[in-house]
Amino acid sequence: MELNGSQIMIEELKAAGIEMAFGIPGGAIMPFYDELLKADFPHILTRHEQGAAHMADGYARVSGKVAIVVTTSGPGATNLITGLANAQMDSVPLVAITGQVATNMIGTDAFQEADVYGCSIPVTKFNWLIKDVNEIQHVTREAIRVATTGRPGPVLIDFPKDIQITNAVYTPRESAESPLPAPREYPELDTEGIDKLLAAIERAERPVIIGGAGIIKSGASAELAEFAKAADIPVINTLLGLGGFPGTDELFLGMPGMHGTAYANFALCECDLLINLGARFDDRVTGKVSSFCPKATIAHVDIDDAEIDKRVHTHIPILGNVRDVLIALNEHLKPGDYDEWRQTWTDWKENYPLQYDWDGSIKPQYVIDQIQEITEGNGIYVTGVGQHQMWAAQFIRFNEPKTWVTSGGLGTMGFGLPAAIGAKFARPEKEVWLIDGDGSFAMTLVELATAATYNVPVKVAILNNAYLGMVRQWQELFFEKRYSHSHYPENPDFGTIAEGYGVKGINITDVNEVRNSLDTAAEHDGPVVLNFLVNKEENVWPMVPAGAGNDEMQLAPPSREAKS
Amino acid sequence: MRQVYSILVNNHAGVLSHVAGLFTRRGYNIESIAAGPTEDTTITRIVIVAIGEENELHQIAKQLRKLYDVREVEQISYNQAVTRELVLATIKAPLSRRSEVIQLANAFGAQVINMTDDTVTLEASGNDHKVRTLLKAFEGYGISQMARTGMISLPYDGMPEDWEPIA
Amino acid sequence: MAVATKAKSQTAKQPTKLKPQKISGAEIVYRSLEREGVKYVFGHPGAILLTVLDLFLKRSKIKHLLIRHEQCAAHMAEGYARASGEVGVCLTTSGPGATNLITGITDAYMDSIPIVCFTGQVATSMVGNDAFQEADIVGMTRTITKHNYLVKSTDDLAETIQEAFYIARTGRPGPVLVDLPKDVLLGDGNYQLPEKVDLRGYKPTTKGHPRQIQRVAEAIEKSKQPLLYVGGGAIHAEAHSEIVKLAETAEIPVTYTLLGAGAFPSAHELSLGMLGMHGTAYANYATMECDLLIAVGARFDDRVTGKVSEFATRAKIIHIDIDPTAIGKNKKADIPVVGDARQVLVEVNKLIKPQTRPLWKKRIQNLRTEYPLTFDSPDGAPIKPQEAIVALSEEVGDKAIITTEVGQHQMWAAQFYNFTFPRQFISSGGLGTMGFGFPAAIGVALARPDKLAIDIAGDGSFQMVMQEIATAVQYEIPVKVFLLNNATLGMVRQWQDLFMDRRFSEVDFESSPDYVKLAEAFGASGRRIVDKEEIRPAIQEMINTPGPFILDVIVDPDELVFPMVPAGGATKDMIVRDSRKKILQGKLSALPDN
Repeated sequence: MELNGSQIMIEELKAAGIEMAFGIPGGAIMPFYDELLKADFPHILTRHEQGAAHMADGYARVSGKVAIVVTTSGPGATNLITGLANAQMDSVPLVAITGQVATNMIGTDAFQEADVYGCSIPVTKFNWLIKDVNEIQHVTREAIRVATTGRPGPVLIDFPKDIQITNAVYTPRESAESPLPAPREYPELDTEGIDKLLAAIERAERPVIIGGAGIIKSGASAELAEFAKAADIPVINTLLGLGGFPGTDELFLGMPGMHGTAYANFALCECDLLINLGARFDDRVTGKVSSFCPKATIAHVDIDDAEIDKRVHTHIPILGNVRDVLIALNEHLKPGDYDEWRQTWTDWKENYPLQYDWDGSIKPQYVIDQIQEITEGNGIYVTGVGQHQMWAAQFIRFNEPKTWVTSGGLGTMGFGLPAAIGAKFARPEKEVWLIDGDGSFAMTLVELATAATYNVPVKVAILNNAYLGMVRQWQELFFEKRYSHSHYPENPDFGTIAEGYGVKGINITDVNEVRNSLDTAAEHDGPVVLNFLVNKEENVWPMVPAGAGNDEMQLAPPSREAKS
Repeated sequence: MRQVYSILVNNHAGVLSHVAGLFTRRGYNIESIAAGPTEDTTITRIVIVAIGEENELHQIAKQLRKLYDVREVEQISYNQAVTRELVLATIKAPLSRRSEVIQLANAFGAQVINMTDDTVTLEASGNDHKVRTLLKAFEGYGISQMARTGMISLPYDGMPEDWEPIA
Repeated sequence: MAVATKAKSQTAKQPTKLKPQKISGAEIVYRSLEREGVKYVFGHPGAILLTVLDLFLKRSKIKHLLIRHEQCAAHMAEGYARASGEVGVCLTTSGPGATNLITGITDAYMDSIPIVCFTGQVATSMVGNDAFQEADIVGMTRTITKHNYLVKSTDDLAETIQEAFYIARTGRPGPVLVDLPKDVLLGDGNYQLPEKVDLRGYKPTTKGHPRQIQRVAEAIEKSKQPLLYVGGGAIHAEAHSEIVKLAETAEIPVTYTLLGAGAFPSAHELSLGMLGMHGTAYANYATMECDLLIAVGARFDDRVTGKVSEFATRAKIIHIDIDPTAIGKNKKADIPVVGDARQVLVEVNKLIKPQTRPLWKKRIQNLRTEYPLTFDSPDGAPIKPQEAIVALSEEVGDKAIITTEVGQHQMWAAQFYNFTFPRQFISSGGLGTMGFGFPAAIGVALARPDKLAIDIAGDGSFQMVMQEIATAVQYEIPVKVFLLNNATLGMVRQWQDLFMDRRFSEVDFESSPDYVKLAEAFGASGRRIVDKEEIRPAIQEMINTPGPFILDVIVDPDELVFPMVPAGGATKDMIVRDSRKKILQGKLSALPDN
């Protein structure tokens, strides 16, 4: 069968089970778009390519499936870079297909030519520049395989325009072949390491589990719950690991690190065995490495060899898929009983709970608390980056994995709205709540037009303090309240902006209206933007100052700590 | 510490960018890099000498292995591999000192490839130790220009594990 | 691959007369900006930059603007640089703050715009660890900057910044990125500078070779049908008055590229307007007929030449450019002159004698009459975008500096607006970045407060960056958006219309925002018009309303840009008028190359 390059790629994408595309057409990708239309491939036209990348990101985090992002050459492609970097840092699978000028024009600084291949090397798991129509089949398969296997990540295919229209003989994949072309890239089970860990668990008196994104990506939540309960070991979830363990479980200690719970950080400081399951000892978790888990033997299970021993010295390294390792552990695990330790951390939980003051203003934490209440932890929760993100991580109690969508490693402001739209496309039956800050939201609010066009009923709660709150918090604490360029004295009226886009918008200034407005939003059949004018100078506590050890955590503002 | 990596990669455009990009992105220091074809036309061998702490050198190998195009990474120690580097150097040698310079060159087995009234250009090859000693020996005369290929390396074939070469 | 080094480098820098003093990295950044004469910094903070930002608050000499999305910081810096000729500066945090700049940096690179981008970076000890908000911005921008730096020591900072500005503004200008790790900003270092920047391997040639200049003058004298082809380089070099002088003295008609618009008055009797894909028919025909083509700071871009082997085939080519790699890259030059366009033309003008070319002038006149730039606007039809631009041009004329987004409206603006001075038309040429015009207009308004900054926009482009209305409102920057709203990605739609049997794949926006409501929600003003009669009163309202204003002009979505040389086609394949239904059938079924 003879097909053109665009058709071949679309056939391969379909064969791999890809069901969704986000993007914006342009000159150099037009033939591909023409074939997308003819093939009736589901596609969402976004307003900015960055939005397309984040939508695919949100889609992948929630569904576990990969979507494609399609853009034109030049600015279309460079606009993707942040989205790719974001997916790369958080190990999210994503396949970007960028148009490129015709092969004979490459390198001539042609119209809308950019060296996307070169630019995207640091922010992709791998990338390709197709130079021959006969490579398309192989490259497309490989791209999807690389993106989805092992430690997942973004890939990019740069697709010159002439190759999109060149014909070649195409042999479809045999239907008997698996939709994913290659077997799992998992290493063999490290039984020796597992035995060592089992022995360490038996020896330990104060063990703690820290579960990262690896739990979610390998689908190991059930195994983790079984393991933790049988072994009687409390569980900490990193920012990206939230949802990997039920937030309401008594064994759950919340999030560690810079804005983690006090009890999680205490547990890290005191534990004698730390079992890291698929977390990467990020600097925001460890604080100063030399005072991280000073008393503990450290076990680290990770699919990526390069993560082990990268920042924290590991005593028991186990290279492997977290779920496989947990299954093996569960087989051999002896029921544990750490009464004394349990008493210690239960006391911590009671004595140092997450809390916030009441003063009649709308407290951002209260809004999140209310969202938690009406959704009972069963929604999908998406955030931007900043204070609101930390509060959401602290106050939402997740019931299941893949319901929490947040930008961890790169900390991309503006991630929220497009990611929420992508999440809703992935799981339309779930209520999707975006908890955002005004600074973050403003960066990509243009995608409200996308939400309106496709009537994507995402519920947006902007915790609007007219500041870049996290920056302001640092300036308050470390720069004597000199709020240099973190303030938006004339913030737009986000409620009316929503209306301008044809989306229901409500401004909320009175704390008594909070619950009502949330209920209204939940009941409304369509996208809603709730603009909460919250207390402007609320800070996130606890806090471990950047570069300090977790043992230097501040629980509350210095003034209040002194009083108590 | 210095470490030699012998890296076998798929031979196609862009692979050097990926490897070199990794070093800059991760902040690793490259002392030298040499790349060339191997007996298999689909494979290129890149030899990199890097400098770093032990932990970092270990991390480099792991990160290299993660690259899609990298087939094999060997961390080579000097006594398990033959390593060579080619040096071209122009030595300041006025007529009065020319014979001394040539004599010294002979001692290192270096070839004279060009001569002017006040310089002598030499070609020499050898392992790391020899190249360093040679350059040190000529430092006193003044080296006006120099080019080095960077190290290339092959593991010794069929060498027993406990074998130690005589320096 | 070999590593070549020059042993024993002898280039130790001379110590400066300033006494070495240890000051913080942040302080060095601030002082360096002051020394470079920077007036505005476009930025968005992050934890890493707090020490620098603190200085902006404590002192007031340099104004920092807090923008909403970093992409726009780069475009604002570009707009500022394009309008003023000075270096634009942006300052963003690490990670996403840096990656968000990439489009703007690439845009500046393609159009040779001097900007210096400062990005925060995680501490040097953390680089490579995938730390929070770490991104390898130096690696990513290697091929899209003129040069970039990762500063590793506070002692190097002052000199690096000096070099960065020097490289950005000299030679063929371009973007330079300086990556600033947190510890370098926090640490103390020497503020020590060499007296003069002296970079090995970077010595742009500015003065043309006298022999080549002689040959240029001779060729002009001998030519019967010469044509000046003026690009963005002429504007960077401030060569406009020399061009007018040369054209008038030797009676040479002038055509300009998109980026060259403004370098020669559009209404001058020797002006042929823009050439290329959507250039005027007479300019394009003139390139086919000329016997001497004098390219000044232009790069024979594919959008200008079409099929390059059939471009200006009868002509001897003179190519004056500061960048030796631009010469002969796409088209062989018979007389290459490496040098600054103004300096070269000053020398050429000294040698030129007055000449008249009545036949050639007549021929051009005939082409102009035969293939005029026109459009139809029947009564009762929707507003045609072209007539809106003509009205704008007539109402505001040289009071305004025009920026554009990318697409059909951009081409119409270049075709129909009457440009009278250099830097009056500011547009994203090489990269074609949708969303460029609005933030660029903000930069323009700051650079030239004496002029009115108007963004002629399309709705697809404007939607990409609308959040920056908030910035314009916050800082009371009176930018005007002249929005030609056709509710579609018009240029893509045009290609689909012409070359894909009107299969409109993913271009029409099924719902459009209410721009007037949005403007008001942001605290700006707006008006929407649908009738022709409203155009001029609405323009008056727009320019008389203080502050940012969005004029939403609802235009005919089926209007196409003509003339059009199909991509990859030769000039002779140009479609002159919108008679596509008849002419196009059969003739242009093949898809363009690019």
